[in-house]
Amino acid sequence: MNTMQNTKQTQHNDSLLRFMTCGSVDDGKSTLIGRLLFDTKTILADTLTQISNTSKKRGMQAVDLSLLTDGLQAEREQGITIDVAYRYFSTGTRKYIIADAPGHEQYTRNMVTAASTANLAIILIDARRGVLTQTRRHSYLAHLVGIQHIVVAVNKMDLINYDQAVYDKICADYLAFATEIGLQRDSHDIRFIPMSALNGDMLVDRLENMPWYTGETLLEMLEKAPASDIDQCEEFRFPVQFVCRPHASSDATLHDFRGFMGRIESGDIAVGDAVTVLPNGYQSKVKAIQLGAAQLQSAQTEQSVTLLLEDEIDTSRGDMIVKTGSNIAPVKNIEAFVCWLSETPLSPARTYVIRHTTRESKAKVDVISYKIDVNTLEQQATTDLKMNDIARMSFKLAQPLMVDSYTTNRATGAFIVIDESTNNTVGAGMII
Amino acid sequence: MTTKQPLSHLDWLEAEAIHILREVAGQCANPALLFSGGKDSLCILRLAEKAFRPGKFPFPLMHIDTGHNYQEVIDFRDLRATELGERLIVRSVEDSMKRGTVVLKTPDEPRNKHQSVTLLEAIEEFGFDCCIGGARRDEEKARAKERIMSFRDEFGQWDPKNQRPELWNLYNARSHKGENIRAFPISNWTEMDVWQYIERENLSLPSIYFSHHRDVVMRDGAIVPVNVPLADGGVVNPPKAGEEIINMQVRFRTVGDITCTAPVISDADTVSKIVLETATTTITERGATRLDDQTSDASMEQRKKEGYF
Repeated sequence: MNTMQNTKQTQHNDSLLRFMTCGSVDDGKSTLIGRLLFDTKTILADTLTQISNTSKKRGMQAVDLSLLTDGLQAEREQGITIDVAYRYFSTGTRKYIIADAPGHEQYTRNMVTAASTANLAIILIDARRGVLTQTRRHSYLAHLVGIQHIVVAVNKMDLINYDQAVYDKICADYLAFATEIGLQRDSHDIRFIPMSALNGDMLVDRLENMPWYTGETLLEMLEKAPASDIDQCEEFRFPVQFVCRPHASSDATLHDFRGFMGRIESGDIAVGDAVTVLPNGYQSKVKAIQLGAAQLQSAQTEQSVTLLLEDEIDTSRGDMIVKTGSNIAPVKNIEAFVCWLSETPLSPARTYVIRHTTRESKAKVDVISYKIDVNTLEQQATTDLKMNDIARMSFKLAQPLMVDSYTTNRATGAFIVIDESTNNTVGAGMII
Repeated sequence: MTTKQPLSHLDWLEAEAIHILREVAGQCANPALLFSGGKDSLCILRLAEKAFRPGKFPFPLMHIDTGHNYQEVIDFRDLRATELGERLIVRSVEDSMKRGTVVLKTPDEPRNKHQSVTLLEAIEEFGFDCCIGGARRDEEKARAKERIMSFRDEFGQWDPKNQRPELWNLYNARSHKGENIRAFPISNWTEMDVWQYIERENLSLPSIYFSHHRDVVMRDGAIVPVNVPLADGGVVNPPKAGEEIINMQVRFRTVGDITCTAPVISDADTVSKIVLETATTTITERGATRLDDQTSDASMEQRKKEGYF
């Protein structure tokens, strides 16, 4: 076992998928991740020897793959996972980034954090226990944070004799509840899979215990899911991060160089396109697009580039370049679902800083409409927000922000709330 | 609308890293880029060129030198800084020893962990509010939970229980005076990604990354280079009594302090051969090459708490 050959491929043109796993300790989440890493040959011999020794020390018969995701000393002491961990594997056609979030209710904020960069969520259900309160919570949060692709993994099939009837019932239960919360309507892609992470059934290998299941294995689903940067809004949004004005006296050609540097958060852009710079509304055309030394004719979502415009326009960090005619305008009040992340509750009396794309504004609470019980999805009246609470609320802003709704654009619909006294990130918002 | 092609994983990782570097430049008043001459920091230099040219880098390069670095790497460090025309600051653990802020238990004690002290002194000297580093989350499990913008208190300490939540690509690099942010633009890269990027970008590297002959001894199962010459004419890592010196064909997978970095047996003398070797290796980068991380399961976590990168 410890001389396993690693068969990672070396192609350079793999796409990339970011996904998260939702589940509690008992659902076998760590085993699932360990199994994916192990069966894709990501685990190298020395790591395997390490966990194999630990397994023996703990008196286990076989190697406990869940030890691969064993966390920090601080966590091991408490026997819990307290933070999101990131793991990597590659199949030769695709690179994967897993956000591994603890599933307990106390860690709603970690689930929201993990979900914020994921495009696909694997929601684990213990086949013996079916759809539980926590399944509802995980599904609702994945939905709230805009994950388009959900894989419902019914795990521990080995403990119910791989019984198809039980699996079918769980799928039906889940669909009924997904319909109830609007998940099925808004999220176009919900898939089900029976598995045993412990034995490896239906993860990377199909094995022979469930001939009645003819659908894709988990890895096949992951390989076919749209790449992370494809799943995005088509409106061009370019928040300016940095303005490059070299003023190089030694090079006269650079004297008038004015490059607007940033990452294309959505859409695409080509040389010659008419653009508007917000919030001031100046108009110009794209003269050139640069990526390092390369001159591009066009650029797309997620690329970090430098834009040069035809006209000399006074533009700085925090401005946003959009295509002329695009339906977006500066606003000074935003309504959003906000997840509170800090141990210090939200105070409606205080002024916070909101960071949205590359722009910041002072902000005060306007109205808190209600908070949501993440287990029952009931709306409750409230005047404050504590850690892990999620509320529908609005903020008044000192500076205008250029926003889209989160459901149409995850990049320009998202913001974080910062407490200036500690500089901590205390809230995460998704604009309605 | 035209059908979009997804970015390749290297293009995606590059775009993310450039975005992070520009966020540091946009949010921090006085950042620095930690540059050792090693492969990860060489990737970051290329990323910084793509992020900021034709302008100058909005930060100086800084190296914390243990005094026990391979001469090839130090020469390469200086050459690269000159080629780029960027300012290089070097602060050395030996100066901290002279000041008495670093005290070695024994003269041959590895100095890697003492870099933390010198780094904190340099941060204070220059008033840096952010240091950009080349750490990756795949290196070690204490790093798997590291933020891209990692907050350190006035003592440079990393408190895993008190890190800022990091959502979307909305990084929070704010700090009060005296506090510090460590920014890791290649957090999401693996060792393989680094080598593939070096190959694609045709980056030059210090010669010791490639296969070469070297005098070594076998010690506790590791290959230990011996009698390594230093710039000042000294020599480190003498063999212990009874150890047999062998001349082996090796290369370094990771480059650091001579006393705690071990090479691997290899005949890979080009980047493409190294990419192949990386694809078929059975040992992790740190497992194979770092003599200092094996002391305890949690030694990296411990050192990070003490202000290490």
